[in-house]
Amino acid sequence: MGMAVTHAIASGMGGMRAAGDLVARMQISRGMKIDAAKAYVAEKLGVAVADLTDPVIMTEAREDLNLGLLHPHAGSPKCMEAKFNIAELLDIDINCVDKFKQRASIA
Amino acid sequence: MGTILTRYGDGTPVEMSADDIRRDLEEGTADAADRGNIPALDKAELDHLLDIFSSPHRFVGVEPGREVVLTYDGSPIKMLRAQVNVDRLQCLQIYEKLLGADTLEMGHMDYSFKPIKPIVTYEQPLLEQVLSVTTAPVFYGAMPNLGLYSQPDGPFPNPSELIPRGEIEAALESYEAAVEDAVNDIVYVSSAMYESGADAIILDTVGAAGDADFLAGLKATEILREKYPGICIELGMAGEFVLGMHGEMEWEGARLAGMYPHEQVKLAEKAGVTVFGPVCNTNTSESTPWNMARAITFMKACCEAATIPVHVNMGMGVGGMTVNDHPPLDVASRASKAMVEICRLDGL
Repeated sequence: MGMAVTHAIASGMGGMRAAGDLVARMQISRGMKIDAAKAYVAEKLGVAVADLTDPVIMTEAREDLNLGLLHPHAGSPKCMEAKFNIAELLDIDINCVDKFKQRASIA
Repeated sequence: MGTILTRYGDGTPVEMSADDIRRDLEEGTADAADRGNIPALDKAELDHLLDIFSSPHRFVGVEPGREVVLTYDGSPIKMLRAQVNVDRLQCLQIYEKLLGADTLEMGHMDYSFKPIKPIVTYEQPLLEQVLSVTTAPVFYGAMPNLGLYSQPDGPFPNPSELIPRGEIEAALESYEAAVEDAVNDIVYVSSAMYESGADAIILDTVGAAGDADFLAGLKATEILREKYPGICIELGMAGEFVLGMHGEMEWEGARLAGMYPHEQVKLAEKAGVTVFGPVCNTNTSESTPWNMARAITFMKACCEAATIPVHVNMGMGVGGMTVNDHPPLDVASRASKAMVEICRLDGL
C-alpha cells in the first residue's frame, strides 16, 4: 500500500478529492495526453488548470456541478447519479452509464 | 556537502557522496542509452536528478501543475496480501475515498485471464455492483500469462522441457498454439467485463513469458478494438526488453523479440491500445540513482515516441522503485517526482 499512497501524494491528481477522476476520464474516453485532458476538464468546469488538484476549490466545483463528493451530503448525487452528470458535463460516453440506461429502459 | 542517504535497488540504505551519486546517474543513463540505442539524459536532466536526490527532506513531490493521472494493477490483491479482510468492492471504495486514487482497478486474486474465464459470470455482477457504488473510472485487469498454457498447468507441451531436448520446432509450435488460446481467453473475459460496464480493460504484465506473450496482448487488443471501437485498453508491460523465448514471433511485420519501450509503444498504438504502460526493471545491486537514471532514460524515449498517453509502471521493482514489500518513502517519493518531471508523461 506504501506504493499507492506515495504516488498519490507525490505525483497524483488527488482522485475525487480534486479532479483526478475527471481528467482520467478524458484519457480513457478520448485518449487525451495529460495537458490536453487537464485543459479540457478545466474549461468544462470553469476553473483554472491549476485548480484541478486543489481539494478546496474542487469540492466547491464538484458540489455546484453535481459531480460527486468525497463526503456526500444527504440528497446530493452519488456514484452512478454523479456519473450521469459527469458524462453530460464532459460530453463523453461512460460505459456503465450507458448500460444503466439500457437496463433501466431509459435509453 | 556531506553524505547523502539513498538506497540500493533492494531498499537497503546507503550513504553516498554527491560525486558518487553523479557517477551512478551518469552510468545508469549510459547503460540504458547503450542497450536501447537511445539518447542519454543531458547535463540539465542529470543536474535535476542530483538536486532531487540531494534534497534533505524525507518526502518530496512534483511541482504544482505537474501532477499526473494514476492507474493501478492488482489493487485488491495488495489489500488481501496485507490480510485486510475486505471484499473487493470495499477495497475499491477505500482506494477511491481514502487513498486519493484517480482510477480504480478490479482484478481477481488469480490475476490471469485463463483462470478467470470459467468464473467470469461471477466477476461480472460484482463489477456491476462496484460500478453502482463508485464514481471514479473502474478498470478490469488481468495478465495474459502465457506460462499457464504449457504443461503441467496447460494443454500444450512445455517449451522449457522441449528446448533442452533439442525439440526446437515442437517448442515453437507450442508457443504459437498458446498464443491463440490466450487471445481467445483475453477477448472472452475482456468482452464480458466491458459488456458489464467496465470503463477500461488492463492487459497487465504483458511479455512476462516473452515475445509470444507480447504477441497475444497485441492480437487481443486488435480484436477488442475492432469489436468495441470505444473501448479503453491499457497495456502494461512486464520488462523493458521483450525476451525472445520464441525468437521469431512477428506482428505486422515487426519482430517482437528485443524490442525496448520506445519501440513497443509504436506497436501498441497500431494495435489500438489507449494507454501504454512501459516498464524498466530495477537492479537490486545498484543504487537508486543508478536505477532512476536508467529507467528515466528508457521512459523518456518512450514518451517522446508515443502519441497515446503513457502511464509508466512504478510499482515494486520497476521504474527505479525498490524491490521491497515496504517501499521506503524517501526514495519512492524521489522516484515518483523524478520520473514525472523529466519524462513529461501522462500518468503512473
